[in-house]
Formats: sequence, C-alpha cells, structure tokens
Amino acid sequence: PPTPNLPRSAARPGHSSGEMMMMGHGHEAKENPRTQTTQPIVTGASVLAITYADGVMMISDTLASYGSMARYKSVQRIGKVNDGAIVGASGEFSDFQYIKDLLEDLTDEDFDTADGRELSPKEIHSYLSRVMYNRRTKVNPLYNQLVVGGFDTSKGESYLGCVDMYGSTFKDDIVATGYGMYLALPLLRKGHDKKMNEEAARKLLEKCMTVLFYRDCRTINKYNIAKVTGSGVEISKPYSLKTEWGFKRFVDPHSSE
Amino acid sequence: MFRNDYDTDVTTFSPAGRIHQVEYAIAAVKQGSACAALKSDDYAVLACVMRKESDLGSHQEKLFKVDEHMGIGISGLIADGRVLCKYLRTECLNHKFVFETPMQVGRLVRKLSDKSQVFTQTSEKRPYGVGLLVIGCDKTGPHVYETLPSGDYYEYIAQAMGKRSQSSRTNLEKYYKEFKDMELGDLVKHALQSLRGASEEKLTKTNCAVAFVGKDRPFTILTGDNLGPYMELAVGGDDNNMDESKKEEEAT
Repeated sequence: PPTPNLPRSAARPGHSSGEMMMMGHGHEAKENPRTQTTQPIVTGASVLAITYADGVMMISDTLASYGSMARYKSVQRIGKVNDGAIVGASGEFSDFQYIKDLLEDLTDEDFDTADGRELSPKEIHSYLSRVMYNRRTKVNPLYNQLVVGGFDTSKGESYLGCVDMYGSTFKDDIVATGYGMYLALPLLRKGHDKKMNEEAARKLLEKCMTVLFYRDCRTINKYNIAKVTGSGVEISKPYSLKTEWGFKRFVDPHSSE
Repeated sequence: MFRNDYDTDVTTFSPAGRIHQVEYAIAAVKQGSACAALKSDDYAVLACVMRKESDLGSHQEKLFKVDEHMGIGISGLIADGRVLCKYLRTECLNHKFVFETPMQVGRLVRKLSDKSQVFTQTSEKRPYGVGLLVIGCDKTGPHVYETLPSGDYYEYIAQAMGKRSQSSRTNLEKYYKEFKDMELGDLVKHALQSLRGASEEKLTKTNCAVAFVGKDRPFTILTGDNLGPYMELAVGGDDNNMDESKKEEEAT
C-alpha cells in the first residue's frame, strides 16, 4: 500500500515559505499529477491587510518564487475585483490567476445585467470560500491563502476577510498570510486601531513588510500597497522600503566591539 | 384565436411572423384565475383569486414563497407553476449558499425567462403554460415582475393576469399614481379591490389570498382569518362608515 503523505516543513527544498501542507490521504493525487495538484511550484509570500478609518489597506511584495529562486520579481499579487473590493493571494501564483479569471466572470455578469448591483466584498468572500472548499473536497486544491478586502458603499463599512486552501474563512480587522501570520500578526495587533488614518496604516504595514523582508527568505524589497475606500480602489506602483544593513556585528561578526 | 396551418409545432413560424404555440401557451395563462400585484417605494403586494374545483374540494393554492424576500403568484397550468416554483426556490437557495446574500429578484426572473425561452425553440418540448407575478424586495427596493411562457418578462408598478384580469388592470391604472407612498394596509386593500371584477363569486377571506414583502418585512402570505380584517377594509359592505385607521391597526 502507498505510504501516507506526511506534512512537509517549509525547510524542504522545492517548497516555498509558509505552511503549505500536503493533504492527508492524497495518494491518488500523487498518481495523477496532471489532474490533481500536490505541491505549489511558483509561489508568492505574505499578504498583509488591515482596516482603518477610510477603509481597508493591503500590502504584498512583488515576488513569485520558484522554490528558493527569486524567479519573477515584478508580479502583482493583489488584484482589483470591482470598485468596492480587492483580492490578494499568497501561494501558487497560477491558481491566483485562475481565481482572478473566475472573479472576472462574475463581474462580467454584473456588467451584462446592468441592474445597479455590483458584487459586495462579502459576496466575493463567500463565493471564494465555497470554491476553495469545493476544491479541497476533491483533493485538488487551489494552493492559496486569499485575502478579500473591500468597502461596502451601501453600508459605509469596511470588509476584510481571508480564505485558505482548505476553505476555512475568517473575517477580521487584521489579516496576514504565510510567514506574515507568525511575524507580522503580533506587530499588527499591537499597532492597529480601527480609526487610524491612512498615513498611520501605511506606516504600520510597511514596518511589518520590512520585518518580513529581513526574516523571510522568500521575499524581495519591492511592494504593492492597495487601499479600498468609499472613493474606490487604488493599487500603487511597485516601490521599495528603506532597510538597514550597517549593523556592526552584521558587517563584521567577529568584531570585538 | 382560430386554428390555422402553422400552429402544430412550437418550432414553426406563421407567415405573419408569429409562433402560434407560444401564443396558445399565453392563452392558457389567461384561462387561469386572476392574480394582481402592485408596489410602493417600500412594499410589494400580491393578491389572487383561488378557484375551487367543486364544493367538495379545497381552494387552489396559488401564492408561493420562494425565499424570505421573494414570492410568486401563478396563473394557468398550476402543475407547471409548481415545477417553476421549485426551480426558483432551488436557485435562490443555491445563490444564498454561495454568496451569503439573497438573490436579486430581477436576475432570478431573467434566469427563469431564459429557461422558458428554451422551450419555445425545441421540437420535443412544449412551453410552460403558466404566467407568474413575482414580487420581491432586494438591495434595489421592491419589485413586481411578470413572466410569460414566451420567455418575456417585464417589471411593473402594478399588473394583473388571468381570467377577467382586464378589469383588474383598469382598476389599477386608475390608482397607480398613488401607490408610491401608500401604506401597506392601503396597498393590500387596493390589490383586493382590483380583483373584485375578476372573480366569479363574491370575494371572501376563504376564496382569495394576499401576500406582501418589504424592506423590513419578509415575504408573508395571508389567508383565512389572517386575511379577514383586510377583506373587510377592501370589500366590506359598510366600510365607508368604519374607522379605517383603527381597522388597519388591528389588521397589521
């Protein structure tokens, strides 16, 4: 009988950062690599998002790794769904592209119907969680952790939630994926305030991404930051943050000072 | 409508550019007992006459709840109506499960109409012989839609269908400008009054039914004793003398 697939750690070569776990009894998956995925190949690292005074802000870096190689360095891992919502993803990049296509089909339908109703962030979140759970049930998951952020103009409320590859969903004011869950979440929780202004929200997210850049091997210092407010969606062009490498002990570990 | 050479198949056009089978299906709707619907800025109301096959039997149920925010009244082949009702309920439930939000009424009506249209273009099947008056309340407010076997659908402020529904429509045309800001009780009253001319017998609380839905009220069907107070208001003999506002208070 085939050996059961045990969870693999992030340290194993050929696997990206974060806790991308193997499905429990996926031996059929092993025998059908063409129809059932078992491991992510081209992956994105963390996505962070918080709610603030005007809406929701989300940040990610622009790297898609090929195992340990920094393969595609100008990739946008946050996508606009409609004027009220954005979706960010970590994990398998091709699966994110597929998910973006699914969402585009939905927004096209809204456009065709033209009845004055656009998909609300809550509906997008619910839809994605059904899709992810459905795929996990077929042991052919979409290898992503998704972050859905939006502003519901009919209610005047921010919306922020996440869905993972198992279909687990959460709604919260602070969301992080991948290594961000371990390194950034505590910092975000400490510094977050629902009523913080745009400047403060941005600074907080950037501080966390800097920490992730220092500590997560599968990141680069190039980011997209996005916000959704009552006036719509804005996703920035890629930009870099200041990092500090001049620490004495870092430059010369054997220095006596 | 008289028989002619081009009415055997639903897939045959007549030289005048008509599909007679579809028109005959619409005629089946006109044979059913009457339904009327109207809306204000906050509520949509549905009323129907329920025919009895015989004195030994019960009145034919014609109003159905589709979801918390939506319901239908049917005219025509009741069996077809039940099947369509099941379809609408399933679609609503499906949508609610996937999107965690009630379905937009207009989109569901369009789905149903697209389904109906298929049967006007197949050789093996016949069109549905039932028309629906769909009332619902969604993010864009209350709505009244009419669907027909042809696959056409229209949105209305007020509409009536079925036998002798022309008198209902005439009555609704008289008052429709006032519906916009009307209270729920008055809307129900108007719906029932419009059906007066469409029924063979005098309207009582047992041979008709009313349903309403609004931004703050889920789809509710009123029959029998629940309907009694509204019936008095609408068609009661000496309602000119009664304290109308008090009656409405009791009723709601």
